[in-house]
Amino acid sequence: MIAQNFAYAAPSNLAEALKLLADPGAKVLAGGMSLIPMMKLRLAAPETLVDLRRVPGLNSIREEGGRLRIGAMVTHYELESTPLVRAKCPLLAEAAANIGDVQVRNMGTLGGSVAHADPAADYPASLRALEATVTLASASGERTVAIADFLIDTFTTALEPGELVVEIGVPIEASGTGVSYKKCLQPASGFALVGVAARIAKTAGKITLARIGVTGLSGNSYRATGVERKLEGTTGADIASAAGGIADGIDANSDIHASADYRRHLARVYASRAITEALARAQ
Amino acid sequence: MKQSITLTINGTKSTHEVEPRLLLIHFLRDSMGLTGPHIGCETSICGACTVAVDGKAVKSCAMFAIQADGRDVVTIEGLASNGKLHPIQDAFWEEHGLQCGYCTPGMIMTSRQLLERNPKPSETEIRHGIEGNLCRCTGYQNIVNAVKSAAQKMGV
Repeated sequence: MIAQNFAYAAPSNLAEALKLLADPGAKVLAGGMSLIPMMKLRLAAPETLVDLRRVPGLNSIREEGGRLRIGAMVTHYELESTPLVRAKCPLLAEAAANIGDVQVRNMGTLGGSVAHADPAADYPASLRALEATVTLASASGERTVAIADFLIDTFTTALEPGELVVEIGVPIEASGTGVSYKKCLQPASGFALVGVAARIAKTAGKITLARIGVTGLSGNSYRATGVERKLEGTTGADIASAAGGIADGIDANSDIHASADYRRHLARVYASRAITEALARAQ
Repeated sequence: MKQSITLTINGTKSTHEVEPRLLLIHFLRDSMGLTGPHIGCETSICGACTVAVDGKAVKSCAMFAIQADGRDVVTIEGLASNGKLHPIQDAFWEEHGLQCGYCTPGMIMTSRQLLERNPKPSETEIRHGIEGNLCRCTGYQNIVNAVKSAAQKMGV
């Protein structure tokens, strides 16, 4: 359980960090909650760790242009407990509160989790439902990509070599929008066997917006657009029928914890619960 | 190559040369002789190695010692003062919140974090708060009682 030797750097500004990350043997250290266990198992053996904890500006949460802009080094605990996030983007706060345990939430970061792209992580369901954006920086500049374009596959993202996740953008929730994140967790690890995030807005009794994100079910998280279309324009009276299509066309994971059929079943049940709660919270 | 770190442990500042790959738990136990934090699973699941870093409960087997450079670390050894147990330690004693005792240092450090953030937790909140700590004697009932009792004592 001892990691392979590596060099360690804790740069004090972003430019220095990006310069260090241009080395192909370098790897970013954020909270380390996924990376360090992987290094101990020698599934990862970076030559250099670039610890971002001293880079200023990566742990800020600010409101700008109708969105919350969240620095990559903001921890899960900060997201679950910061009044601004709880008020303006409750779905993200709820997802953060569902991650691991308090020790993990104290250390683990939003940017680290997103960049790791674990297919059973909690954030992707909510970030997809929120149509979040991810801002990436490299020595040659910055670019912002949609979460749907960022999360490419299992542990695979749109990050290019030398690029760093610096910020995640989420919309400020319009008042009256109801949100919910429901997950069936694997009890030992706390990871989602299936997790479903729902955002629902209603006008005059009819659903005007439905966004449903799913994690844990397959090799990549996804937005259940079929379910969204079935909900939009209705009063939401037939949730079971809409939620029934949550796993349509999805190649579900099968492992020692849950078979593919059971996971699909869980997805329908948890979709139904998340939609029901989001609808009840929508005004 | 070893690198220099300066950190405060239980109120005392010191400087050490460490390999970057040295885990905080190994540094505390093997270099500092602080064997209160235990190594249970060493896979960041069981919480027996929990210590506070800058006031936050963390699993010291999932952190490198070098990450604690410039920070303030408190282990179970740092809780009692002048020979008097911390109220949470006292409550674990009074309520028989331990059987074999292996998980106890971690349980107490996590409970300390819980009570700092939520001085009057409900039973559900206590159980949620100590989710990251496993007791293989399964003595959770008395552990929960101990945290409740500590909350009352500390609230007075």
